[in-house]
Amino acid sequence: MYYAENLRVIVHGAVCVNSGAFHVSGQEEVVVRLDVTESAPKKRCLVKEATPGVQAMAQRNKKYDRQLRIWGEQGQSALEKANICVLNAGPTGSETLKNLVLGGIGSFTVVDGSDIQASDLGNNFLIEWSSLGKRRASAVCSLLHEMNESVMPKFVDESPESIIESNPAFFRQFSLVIATQLSEFALAKLDLICRQYNAILLVARSYGFIGHVSISVEEHDVIEAKPDNRVEDLRFHKPWPELRRLVQEFDIDTKDPIVHKHIPFGILLIKILEDWKADHGGQMPSSLRELKAAITSRKRELDEDNYNEALKAAYLVTSPPSLKPEFLAVLKDRNVEIDAGSSDFWIMVAALKHFMENEGEGEPPLDGSVPDMHSFTDYYIRLQQVYQAKAEADAAAVEERVRNLLKQIGRDPDGISRTSIKHFCKNARNLRVYRYPSIADKYSSQVRTEFQKLLAAADNSNAAFYVLLLAVDRLAGTNKRYPGTVDAEFEEDLALLKAAAADVLSEIGCHGASIPEDLVGEMCRFGAAELHCVAAVVGGIAAQEAIKLLTGQFMPLSGPLIYNAITATATVLDV
Amino acid sequence: MMKRKGEDEPWALEPEAMAETVDLEGRWRDLDRLLLRPGYIVGPGFEPGIELRDMIKDDCRVLVIGAGGLGCELLKDLALTGFGNIEVIDMDTIDVSNLNRQFLFRMRDVGQPKAKIAAERVMERVKGVNVVPHYCRIEDKDPFFFRGFQIIVLGLDSLEARSYINAVVCGFLEYESDGSPDLTTIKPMVDGGTEGFKGHARVIIPGLTPCFQCSMWLFPPQVTFPLCTLAETPRSPAHCIEYVHLIQWGQDRPGETFDADNTEHMKWIFEQAARRAEQYNINGVTYILTQGVVKNIIPAIASTNAIVAATCALETLKIATMCSKGMDVFMQYTGTDGVYMRTFQNEKDPNCVVCSPGVPVEVEPDITLKQFIDTILKDSRFENKISMPSVSLQGENLYMQAPPVLEEETRPNLEKALRTLMNGEGGILNINDRKLKGTLRVQVIFKDVDMDAGGCG
Repeated sequence: MYYAENLRVIVHGAVCVNSGAFHVSGQEEVVVRLDVTESAPKKRCLVKEATPGVQAMAQRNKKYDRQLRIWGEQGQSALEKANICVLNAGPTGSETLKNLVLGGIGSFTVVDGSDIQASDLGNNFLIEWSSLGKRRASAVCSLLHEMNESVMPKFVDESPESIIESNPAFFRQFSLVIATQLSEFALAKLDLICRQYNAILLVARSYGFIGHVSISVEEHDVIEAKPDNRVEDLRFHKPWPELRRLVQEFDIDTKDPIVHKHIPFGILLIKILEDWKADHGGQMPSSLRELKAAITSRKRELDEDNYNEALKAAYLVTSPPSLKPEFLAVLKDRNVEIDAGSSDFWIMVAALKHFMENEGEGEPPLDGSVPDMHSFTDYYIRLQQVYQAKAEADAAAVEERVRNLLKQIGRDPDGISRTSIKHFCKNARNLRVYRYPSIADKYSSQVRTEFQKLLAAADNSNAAFYVLLLAVDRLAGTNKRYPGTVDAEFEEDLALLKAAAADVLSEIGCHGASIPEDLVGEMCRFGAAELHCVAAVVGGIAAQEAIKLLTGQFMPLSGPLIYNAITATATVLDV
Repeated sequence: MMKRKGEDEPWALEPEAMAETVDLEGRWRDLDRLLLRPGYIVGPGFEPGIELRDMIKDDCRVLVIGAGGLGCELLKDLALTGFGNIEVIDMDTIDVSNLNRQFLFRMRDVGQPKAKIAAERVMERVKGVNVVPHYCRIEDKDPFFFRGFQIIVLGLDSLEARSYINAVVCGFLEYESDGSPDLTTIKPMVDGGTEGFKGHARVIIPGLTPCFQCSMWLFPPQVTFPLCTLAETPRSPAHCIEYVHLIQWGQDRPGETFDADNTEHMKWIFEQAARRAEQYNINGVTYILTQGVVKNIIPAIASTNAIVAATCALETLKIATMCSKGMDVFMQYTGTDGVYMRTFQNEKDPNCVVCSPGVPVEVEPDITLKQFIDTILKDSRFENKISMPSVSLQGENLYMQAPPVLEEETRPNLEKALRTLMNGEGGILNINDRKLKGTLRVQVIFKDVDMDAGGCG
């Protein structure tokens, strides 16, 4: 599918296969050669000569195998559909793009208005020695394309600041704009533009040993949060009728020792709990210890793995997983009151909420997965089927509510596919909604007490560096250069930076706080250096965030991140 | 504006070579801010100046082990951090599935040695750096080879390889008689690892910070399935796949060695596993899963490698120049839920068999050298680590298993009292053995010796 789309982008006019990079202004279209023909002799892009789709797909799947195992076909095709823009092609921008181009992003436009200087040859791997004196945008763009020819490359040879000023509509075409090495003032303007055109803004900055990454967008919804510690939603504490019926089929006190040690622990837990309640007037065990004692009393041999597993999982009965505060916040969100303009996501959330208030009895839909349990194959499969059937039934109930809601708001009742609803239900427990304040607001308003506490903490200098990053931008605004860039002015800059930092502190409401002298000194020592390795870390973090935002999988940053290469730590701030 | 360096510099003799290595004025502007200026947060003995920059360019030799996802990044990062002499060792050839992150390789390079191509590409792009490739296993190199580097950076994907190189490098370590490490024998290592959105970086200064062996527990145990589950009660697709891989292959295709890189072999495993799954009513056996289970594939992406490798390269720069404080020794990164990037200082194992001044071994005071050797052969801490140990005391051979001349010469010591050989006191003995990757240090404690006087005398 993806390749077929690309094949249609065949072009009239000048075809520069070697440079692979094209200016976007004017009438030229862009040529893309498939990487599948890389090993074949270089040839002009002709539809007839292209490898058949099946083979191309197989090659693509092989190439991206190690990442398809993380974000799957859905994630990969989201990346391949994305059109992103990267501002400034220094090492931070280049490294961010490198990571995304390798992963097979659909297309990118790099915007940079500078000439290549000697310092570019000391900190940027995407610039060749022979490019010295040429333009940076085209040089970086061409080497990126050479790295992965499945990606559609473009460049604009103009400074980002001037595009932001003169041509805001330029940003309309992008799903994600990555702004690197931009000052606070340019970012605040760009942020307004991106919000207007519904593009996500990702900010990345390297400054000496310090890095900064942050996200700005009105709202970002995550269905597939894929948390590391996935909660096993097994409902041992309140089995539904079909599950109770299945448990009745087992005689856990069987005389047969082989059968006794091959009954899945889920069955054991539910049955033992049921027996306990029968003996205790319907009461639950008062402690985990009581329940464990009851389990141990039914265990016959030391090596009964199913009983050992039951003991390990007993906590799921006494303290079943609770719903996370982030999830509950989604249910209480203002957008749950839907109307004709609501997004599919919020319609599904509204249906989910109704489901939980009614047939769900307070629980979100079951996801249907069952961990491995020591057991006969047949016993386990039967248990698994009961869980899957319940998940199906829950999803069907949510689906019915979605269809009704769509009808109510005057939309096509089949406007959201069954697959989407099932996918939503399977991940319902981990839904997340992220909202970010606008950059202008963030910089002008008072910071929260959490930030003030962090600033005062002796073991964490990262909040102080956040303040210093704001201070160097202010100073550069008035001084026309960053502090510490000229050796002879070092002492003077040091005093100025200290004063600027104090101004920032009082502006954001941290009266009485101060920035340690050695941090001010380090910041001045950095002299706005863009070190390759710091850029590589920042570019790596920015690329991870970009992937999370574009695929809608995993959980992105919740606030601005400060990376500190002195300590090799990062802190996500709550400002 | 191109400006050549002083013509009198010895390396500037050949005009052609000079064109390659000559540096442009301002090329290292960004790095110079750190290396030429005094700093406020720096390591001990930091001396900023041109000499420091020249030192990492000309005198500091760095070895990168592994030219894969981390290795490619490391070579690039080190070259653009001013390191001028780098060597890289890797036994692998390039595969299509490397291309989503190993950015020095292209489709046309598939099948070529990684080390060779990686070295070429970095030298092409970053003028002035010299990268020497070694296309071989690390075990093929004489331990002497590793001695020739100031810093060793690991971009490996296996515990075994890490363990091996750790033992070799810790083997160089010698202790003073007061039990403190001899600083001239310390060879720092920087190690990185990634899986998906997660990774770690750590600094190992043998004798001063925990070595790889000391913190083995940090690595989670590998998942293995009991054979009876695979054979009798399979419940998951992975159970079916592992059954065919580990059991059925040997039964149905006796005499044939399974090769995970052979497509026909892999297809056969997949088809048989799918059939078995159907019999047991199990869903979910796919070709991709089959490959993942059989080859134990670890998912990997470019961005995580970039983060971890650059962290390693920065620590390498700090160790070499002291231009900043070193991180606490272990950095953990997780990018799945926001970004978590923290460091911690884990503890050295005082009895570590690899890096400690000596594993304490308590013996009877009248024991002979022969009896001592028998004792350590029976000690469970050294199980499978030694089989024919040679013993020496501060460079003096007490008993050597080989060569024959030395064996004969030292044989009489076997019947002598160990205490006499050790000048009446307990202390450190160095044990060497063909099975060991480095030297094993044993701290001999004679039972009647007062504990206060024990140890190193």
